[in-house]
Amino acid sequence: MDGSFGHKGHLVRVAALFAASLVAFFVLRALFVPAGFGLYGHYRAGAIEENRLRPVAFAGRAACVECHSDVPDAMKGGPHERVRCEACHGPLAAHAGDPAEKKAVRPDSRVLCARCHAASVARPARFPQIDVADHAGQEACTTCHAAHNPLAPPATSAGPAPPTPGPQGGGQKGGTR
Amino acid sequence: MSTGRREFLARSGKLLFLTGAAQVAFDAVLRGEPTSAPNYQTAEHWWGMTIDVEKCIGCGNCVRACKEENDVPREPYYFRTWVERYHVPEGDADSPQVDSPNGGYDGFPERYRPGDGSKSFFVPKLCNHCAHSPCVQVCPVGATFESPDGVVLVDKTYCLGCRYCVQACPYGCRFIDPRTRTVDKCSLCYHRITKGLTTACCEACPTDARVLGDLKNPKDPIHEFLRTHKVQVLKPQMATGSKTYYNGLDGSVR
Repeated sequence: MDGSFGHKGHLVRVAALFAASLVAFFVLRALFVPAGFGLYGHYRAGAIEENRLRPVAFAGRAACVECHSDVPDAMKGGPHERVRCEACHGPLAAHAGDPAEKKAVRPDSRVLCARCHAASVARPARFPQIDVADHAGQEACTTCHAAHNPLAPPATSAGPAPPTPGPQGGGQKGGTR
Repeated sequence: MSTGRREFLARSGKLLFLTGAAQVAFDAVLRGEPTSAPNYQTAEHWWGMTIDVEKCIGCGNCVRACKEENDVPREPYYFRTWVERYHVPEGDADSPQVDSPNGGYDGFPERYRPGDGSKSFFVPKLCNHCAHSPCVQVCPVGATFESPDGVVLVDKTYCLGCRYCVQACPYGCRFIDPRTRTVDKCSLCYHRITKGLTTACCEACPTDARVLGDLKNPKDPIHEFLRTHKVQVLKPQMATGSKTYYNGLDGSVR
């Protein structure tokens, strides 16, 4: 009896070491594994929320139309009807949040229109394309075309909305201001 | 310290019981505008995208919009989305010429002539938001993941920058952001789509060549599109479960 458990100090030491490493494991785990890790999978659950909480640059057409309600009317029935505002006017969420903050700039039609309509072999054949220099010389596209409804000439002023088309850049904004 | 007991209880209660989204929602309720509280449920969505190659005109609007929206470095070689131009000589689908000058950011200067028997077309590319992403499988720390609504996201605060995922992506959709030395990629504009907006690239696409779709929403037009078009994913042999569906994709596209 006495002989077999005479050295139980060894067992106690091993048990204490085991308990200490267990505690150390949980302490280190709590220290180094971030909160929410493993909640949905092998990643930090909070990362989903962080990805959501970034500011938006493009406001979206619905926001533009809230104020510029005349533009969809001007585009109606034209080939640009489904083109969203910021496709040409650039990201304007700052402007939608505070109209004084950032103003939309009127794009240079010879650059902007050519991006889509300059002839290219790789473009779908049925998409309307032109050789810019051949088609218009040095003239701005908006001299003949209203950007919002390019197949209706700007000078005709079909509806009440389009304002005074000047000699250049006339119908470009078609009443956005 | 002038923290009242009531305020203290409210604050500590929030800290104890509310995390992340719930706290944002609760703040909106406290401000007296509960309608602005985010009620986005990840379990109710499964995001994907359709790309109609036959509609893409290579204008580069998507590339520019993406860089604006997501603060992608403006130098070439950093893209969350880019456009490739394929030029396939007649009867030789195995050796197409592919170019993508600055990812299509400045458009595509014409370099091919019509009528030489070849065919040319544009292919927009982006993260395919695979359901079984190779990039997620190789991440050693769990810094990239498939979110419950089917978007492959990056945890930028947790990424080591080890580049395993950059090599693992079969579509070349990832890059190391030189400013943070962590990985970056298309997040499918997660900050937009969870607010009910579409992605920046889809918003800027003038021909609707790319359209975001929610595959869990039975009313989403993506179902109609997938039903009525012959679609294909990139590299189907890799079994990535890609959710970017291409219509009119040529066999030469890699």
